[in-house]
Amino acid sequence: MVDVISPDVSRRTLLGGLAAGLVVNGAGLRAAVGQPRVGGRIRVASTTASTADTLDPAKGSTGTDYIRHYMLYSGLTQFDGQLRGKPGLAERMATQDNIVWNIRLRRDVHFHNGKPLTVDDVIFSLLRHRDPAAGSAVKAIADQFAGAKQTGPLELQLRLAGPNPDLPAILAVSHFLIVENGLRDFSRANGTGPYVCSEFVPGIRTIVRRNPNYWKPGRPYLEEIELIAIPDEISRVNALLSGDVQMVNAVGPGSVERVRASSTHSIMEIPSGLFTNLIMRRDNPVTGNPDFVLAMKYLQDRELIKRALFRGFATIANDQPISPIDPNFNPNIPQRPFDPDRAKFLLKRAGLLGVRLPVYAAPVANGSIDMGSVLQEHAARIGLNLAINRVPSDGYWATHWMKHPMTFGNTNQRPTTDMMFSLFFQSKALANESGWNNPRFDRLLLEARSTTDVALRREIYGEMQMIVHRYGGLAIPAFISLLDGYDRRLKGLFPIPIAGFMGSNFAEHVWWDA
Amino acid sequence: MSGPGTPSLWRGAGRLIVKRIGLALVTLLLVSAVIFTISGLLPGDAAQEVLGRGATTEQIAALRHQMGLDRPAPVRYIEWLGRIATGDPGQSLVANKPVVEIISERLPNTLTLAGLAALVSVPFAFLIGIASAVSRGRKLDRSLNILTLSMVALPEFLVATIAVLVFAVELRWLPSITIVPKDATLAQFARAYAMPVMTLAVGVIAQLGRMIRAAIICELDRPYVEMARLKGVQPMRLVFRHVLPNAIGPIVNAMALSLSYLFGGAIIVETIFNYPGLASLMVNAVTSRDMPLLQACAMLFCAMYLLLVLVADSVAILANPRLRQA
Repeated sequence: MVDVISPDVSRRTLLGGLAAGLVVNGAGLRAAVGQPRVGGRIRVASTTASTADTLDPAKGSTGTDYIRHYMLYSGLTQFDGQLRGKPGLAERMATQDNIVWNIRLRRDVHFHNGKPLTVDDVIFSLLRHRDPAAGSAVKAIADQFAGAKQTGPLELQLRLAGPNPDLPAILAVSHFLIVENGLRDFSRANGTGPYVCSEFVPGIRTIVRRNPNYWKPGRPYLEEIELIAIPDEISRVNALLSGDVQMVNAVGPGSVERVRASSTHSIMEIPSGLFTNLIMRRDNPVTGNPDFVLAMKYLQDRELIKRALFRGFATIANDQPISPIDPNFNPNIPQRPFDPDRAKFLLKRAGLLGVRLPVYAAPVANGSIDMGSVLQEHAARIGLNLAINRVPSDGYWATHWMKHPMTFGNTNQRPTTDMMFSLFFQSKALANESGWNNPRFDRLLLEARSTTDVALRREIYGEMQMIVHRYGGLAIPAFISLLDGYDRRLKGLFPIPIAGFMGSNFAEHVWWDA
Repeated sequence: MSGPGTPSLWRGAGRLIVKRIGLALVTLLLVSAVIFTISGLLPGDAAQEVLGRGATTEQIAALRHQMGLDRPAPVRYIEWLGRIATGDPGQSLVANKPVVEIISERLPNTLTLAGLAALVSVPFAFLIGIASAVSRGRKLDRSLNILTLSMVALPEFLVATIAVLVFAVELRWLPSITIVPKDATLAQFARAYAMPVMTLAVGVIAQLGRMIRAAIICELDRPYVEMARLKGVQPMRLVFRHVLPNAIGPIVNAMALSLSYLFGGAIIVETIFNYPGLASLMVNAVTSRDMPLLQACAMLFCAMYLLLVLVADSVAILANPRLRQA
């Protein structure tokens, strides 16, 4: 049996790998940032709140939902700074074939209403996603759970439909947080999480209080957290600087200096795999032409995009979706340069110089309008006419995205390499943005899943990145960093690159030092 | 001419008001049809918005069926009409809660903000309007004109943003966002509402003040005012006793327009101060394609507007003996 996660492993990696070690058991490092202490009340503002806000982890759809769910519920595993799944409610997860997983639960864990955590709760929480009536946002992922059975008082066996070595990371996603067996009515929250819900008004606010019986001794640290949303970026930053909120996310690159100029606030840059990409559809004779696609990739002025659009808070990308923060990132693919001459040559060879093409961009695809303008400028210089059609954010994904020969997409960091590839690049994927079809890529994807050897998988993923870089229908100029702003009295922060606010899970890590 | 209060004279006014209410109901019906049609033209529907980008067509179809969105639009409209006639705006598609419940969380907020803004604006507007009219053409009038015109010209987002930068970020006197704690003390309440109310008041005071000025000036040019002056009536008495009662019609109408703006048009202030009012709820309903909620908000705004205009018209009619008899 291979122990994929166990407490020993986690302690070692936490101490060695991360600065984060200091907030858990890293006694030696703790002194550097001061002792965590219990107490304090903070207000936190994220970007979106609506009447669709929910207490059901399965239905979470916004960053605000994820934060709320991580405050109230716990998962079988938790992300660390490298997006690995570390022990949560599952003390141990082991597998031999990536198909049958034996999971041992932590003992003495209680729900907020006092009910002890049982294997039934876990089985229900995992399998409920498969039921269409549950309306789960991760049904497609949960469909691989073939079945689960109890094997001991605190042990269960989860059987997958096919091999998947990433299960520990997948289970750390907020949708898979553990709820009470049989629960269908989520008008109240009853979880095993670090905080207890004391007020929840969809679209307005969530207030939680410290759970004194949390299963991590000593944690959490804050007495109370109020979670609100301020959609307007300027208002959000103002609220931070005026002391009305103590932490915000999605600070615009243009506001960073303003926040850093104050002696009381600071910015945390989180390098992430978020990217905005130009999509060239295969089903159109022009955008499906490999020379055209390559020309568009050579026309990406990546340096300018990084510097001007994101003020340096970005990482240059190489037309493939795996960012350097992913452990499977392939650093050996040569960086594609900005090369208008080469683009011109390719377009001429394809006989496409002088064509006029529309490109659709919307504010909702972060930076796409400016990226489009930069591209338009460079294209005009080599004799290619691009018309940038700016369309409203509202309804963009349903009406425009992937529906024209050239549109912009916007993709968040995914928890695993496999998820990024299977959701967006597998030929049968719903969001196969360019509509490409590469049999070798599809084959490698399956091969990686059944491989237990980490180094071998890394090699396979490396080749897949190369294939996308060379033949994929997407131009990916840059990975955009996430920017969180916070009051300096808030301690214990470290980036978890899946999202801002420490991967939406800041609540159990931070403390108030005042 | 017999004095006011005799039934025969009030009958005409009563008939006029009943007719107005009938017209208001027809307007509501038309508005609901227009909103329903236009929102049907928006791309996407509630099922797509709820499930997001990653949804399969089967999932969307299933949810559409569950929400009843797979039935033809006219059928859905008639059903909605039937329900709203009995006073039930239905269930929100997105929040899975009755629309009434969602609106009742926000309505008091909107009423509080609009009420406070009106309470602050109206006295100032009267003060400015009267002072300006009485001193027409003189220095006071001219400086008040410059003041009100620049207040009208200042967009709300600018006033609000500058106010936040000065009072919240720099001076730290007031909160930058409006959060009213559950059991707020008077001081907390005042601090929370100070800036949004001030921002709204800037525009309303200026507009209302100018309209009051115009209405009074219009009356001041009439022969009866000259007559009163010649008789030696004191200026104060002239304005309050003779001019104002005659100018009340246009003034009340201007007030109704300002109030309806405060009720439904505070979206910019709601956004900047992150205030959970009805306007942002309606925007929310549009983006999530939550038809029942959207319709309910639209009906509420429209009804409020019609009610205010009706009240204004009634006051104008009752204040005017000639209309009263018509």
